[in-house]
Amino acid sequence: MANTREIRRRIRSVENTAKITNAIQLVAASKMRRAQDRALQARPYAEKMQAVLGHLSGVAGDPETAHPLLERRDVNETTVILITPDRGLCGGLIANLERHTGEIVLGPQAGGSGDISMIPVGRKGGDYFQRFGIDFRASFQELGDYPGLAETQPISRIAIDDYTEGKVDRVLLVYASFVNTVSQVPVTVPILPVEPPASDEESSGETQYIFEPSPQEVLADLLPRYVDLLVYQAVLEAAASEQSARMVAMRNATDAANDMIADLTLVYNKARQEQITSELLDITGGVEALKG
Amino acid sequence: MPLTLEIITGERRLLRQEDVDEVIAPGSLGELGILPNHAPLVTSLVAGELRVKTGNEVEEFFVSGGFLEVLSDEVTVLADAAEHGSEIDAERAEEARQRAVERLEQASDADRARAQAALSRSLQRLRVLEHRRRRGAGGRDMSRPTG
Repeated sequence: MANTREIRRRIRSVENTAKITNAIQLVAASKMRRAQDRALQARPYAEKMQAVLGHLSGVAGDPETAHPLLERRDVNETTVILITPDRGLCGGLIANLERHTGEIVLGPQAGGSGDISMIPVGRKGGDYFQRFGIDFRASFQELGDYPGLAETQPISRIAIDDYTEGKVDRVLLVYASFVNTVSQVPVTVPILPVEPPASDEESSGETQYIFEPSPQEVLADLLPRYVDLLVYQAVLEAAASEQSARMVAMRNATDAANDMIADLTLVYNKARQEQITSELLDITGGVEALKG
Repeated sequence: MPLTLEIITGERRLLRQEDVDEVIAPGSLGELGILPNHAPLVTSLVAGELRVKTGNEVEEFFVSGGFLEVLSDEVTVLADAAEHGSEIDAERAEEARQRAVERLEQASDADRARAQAALSRSLQRLRVLEHRRRRGAGGRDMSRPTG
């Protein structure tokens, strides 16, 4: 039986770990609430913009020629924008994202669709794919817990510039989509060329919109903003996913630590009792021997 | 039937109001007024002042550009950034104006457009404040977020 002092040291060490994981859990829980709110608040804007884009795509003429960001080309080079957390301790989230992205950029079909480059957003994804020697067009870190449009715009602007200059023929966005607090799923969203949302029959067929200055010019204003928005929303969702994953992972860790403390305490008490019993036996044995 | 006005930015819904009589917005082809029964319209906006008339009340907002959609008496403003008049910080707008002027003087061609846009934004913010002051600043105070 391990001696009592050693067990006591173990218990104290596990208790300290539990304190830390519990603190991280509490911080993540409060950040999660705010990150989720922000992700939800961005939705009305996105929905409206999609609706307007839907009305427009019907009248702006042939989508292939109406604007450079709508033009579909043969894919020679694909850029993957990967959004990961900067920090770990968030369960399987990062590993899942890396595996998901790995299938796109390293998998068997990766070579078939031309060259691959990446724009990692967040330290973890960048660190991982650097090892495979993938070309980075840019890399972003430390966007903060609550990034705004001002922080995400540089990301989308690089993608838009590369696309318009013809350096890249397709841009994919990979991030952890926030399903609910316990479930975050890696998703791939093609952002360039822009896929105009299918305009619903009722509004595009029946209503004749006036466009000022002209459908083409409104489209030219709208499309870059739409791409900005897609990236911004993905970053917000990724932030909500990260905090949720961290909170759940740390709650599990705290629970596991508490279980371990309970088990170790039991072992400790047994060992202590045994020690006392053997000491008592020693004493009574000694007394008996003296009597004899 | 009065208009329903919604002002949305990428980061929040700034306003939703149902009994609006007229909206005057800074369209890219010039200021435009929207009254009830307006034809369906989509226009891009430039940085400027958006005025909302409800009865005898007028409220000023600043928008930094974006879009405006009118569809069956619903006016939706999709702004890059938008503020209620009471949210505008006069000092910051003035500082921004000075910065923009300085940058414009020494800007290369590539920076010029951006400096010009920044200058126009700060001037329009100050203009909204000026109008507010002249009118005697009524209306709601949105400098503190509600809810």
